[in-house]
Amino acid sequence: MNTKTEVLTDLEMSSIIQEARWRVIDTVAASKAGHIGGPMSAMDVLVSLYFKHMRIDPNNPRNPERDRFILSKGHCAIGLYTVLALRGYFPVEELATFDHGNSRLQGHPDMLLTPGVDASTGSLGQGLSSGAGMALGAKKLGKDFHTWVMLGDGELGEGMVWETVLSAPRFGLDNLTAIVDVNGLQQYGWPAGPRDRFDRSEPVGHVDLEAVFTGFGWNTISINGHDLKEISDALTFAQSFRGVSGKPTAIISNTTKGFGVSFTSGTYKWHNGIATEEQLRTAREELGQKMESVK
Amino acid sequence: MSTKAQRQVWGETLSELSELDERILVLDGDLATSTRADIIAESHPEKFIQVGIAEQNIVGMAFGLSTLGYRPWLSSFGVFFTNRALDQVRMLVSQTKAPVRIAAAYSGLLNGSSGKTHQDIEDFAIMRAMPNMTVIAPADATEARAAIKWVADYDGPVYIRFARDAVQDVFDEDYVFAPHKPVVLRHGTDLTVVSTGVQTSRVAQALDSLEQEGITAKHIHVPMLKPLDDQELLQELRSAPLIVTVEEHSVLGGLGGLVCELTAGSEEPARVTRLGLADHWSESAPNEFLLDKYGLSPAKVAEHIKATLKSRK
Repeated sequence: MNTKTEVLTDLEMSSIIQEARWRVIDTVAASKAGHIGGPMSAMDVLVSLYFKHMRIDPNNPRNPERDRFILSKGHCAIGLYTVLALRGYFPVEELATFDHGNSRLQGHPDMLLTPGVDASTGSLGQGLSSGAGMALGAKKLGKDFHTWVMLGDGELGEGMVWETVLSAPRFGLDNLTAIVDVNGLQQYGWPAGPRDRFDRSEPVGHVDLEAVFTGFGWNTISINGHDLKEISDALTFAQSFRGVSGKPTAIISNTTKGFGVSFTSGTYKWHNGIATEEQLRTAREELGQKMESVK
Repeated sequence: MSTKAQRQVWGETLSELSELDERILVLDGDLATSTRADIIAESHPEKFIQVGIAEQNIVGMAFGLSTLGYRPWLSSFGVFFTNRALDQVRMLVSQTKAPVRIAAAYSGLLNGSSGKTHQDIEDFAIMRAMPNMTVIAPADATEARAAIKWVADYDGPVYIRFARDAVQDVFDEDYVFAPHKPVVLRHGTDLTVVSTGVQTSRVAQALDSLEQEGITAKHIHVPMLKPLDDQELLQELRSAPLIVTVEEHSVLGGLGGLVCELTAGSEEPARVTRLGLADHWSESAPNEFLLDKYGLSPAKVAEHIKATLKSRK
């Protein structure tokens, strides 16, 4: 599984990431529905997982030995779909059906419909628990795969997240990694204070997340979620603990909502949105979309 | 009186099935000594997972485990799954068709005087509204055992009620559980009574006493409220001069609602009266007090039937 793309250079990875960001904004504009900010902030990590770190088999999406990935912040579905398409789970052209009737690409990830989606999500706060179940199942069955769960910082407001944060270390789930995409904004949130990075207050700006996860018994690492080397090091770190540390790992991935395009970056106003023709031209230009496909 | 409560039967049957069925797991929300999941925890510790007091996390982890081939049973009071963890049941179990088994312990009204916070009198209404969900309410220990064995081999989401306390037996050991089917327990001509769960046992006692007074009723037990063989139930209800539904549940959306939905759409609309909790919460009290106050004791059911028959004449 997954030997073809392990040798991608950072330049090649960056190219895929740029294309993926472009396809997110383009697809959402064409479908006239969908989220922008969250998929854009998470994209560097998503591509790093699917093109470099995860043990996967796009030709056999249900391979029992595969790594699992759960997009707990399910409203960012178009980001996941874009990466799955570019990775070969289904044709890139199918992205055009996103949010249309009879599509395999629903507004939120549906494991019964979309190849490569390991768990249904959409109602926030549930993905980490689903991942803990998968990781516990792997332990019980003696399977050596890794379960990755991506959460949003706004999503940390859901109480169920903390039920799992509390219990996962008890089960010794060192095969489970939570990646919190701390993009600093949620849909609307609170007015920005003097210490906030963006145009609204950070959902967990007042919280030392690293200390919190460490306090609950997790391995914890904070990174710049737009720096490919830091991402790669963190994902490698998490993988190296599997079967060794006895603790789950939390990666606090500090990012910018809407990253990659000037007008979507760092503003709550692009939590979701439909780009105009002019904005699409700007985005295409800023994301360097002559689009040299790396395959 | 039966010697065993359904919760006891659940613990014992799962323990027995675990000998051969590697898919069984039990996820507990720290109520094992109440739900009797402690039986399997003692006999098969490797099958027992103490998740802690976190029902939403129980549902999430059970879903995750089910994706690896497990068929997890959930152990807590039913009310916490149908209410507190409802969103998790909805997205991770019902919408994904995951083979997660919600073992609703301390079902209905009688839960050891715990009162309205713990009484699950709206579970049928909630679970019936969930697409893909199978909803079961066994009448006694024998049917509970048979239903558990059926569920073990069923590949989909299940909600199944288990009463806290033993009831008088309805079925003998030869009983065969027929999924989806209504069960006719007795024939009679004055009216037709439809019941479900352990309330069926109390209805049977009520009908025994009415027979002494010359009133004969047809008694239909509905162990599986969903999916149900609607046509067969309608057929059994045909020509009923009066239908009375009885359930340890709110009169809204449960068995009574089901029967009204069916008969309203049939060519032979019938008069239906529904016995159960009226649209209000209950209280903490011993079983006999609650059954009497809320009209579900054998004597109160018989009284209601007599009064209803009289008012028709």
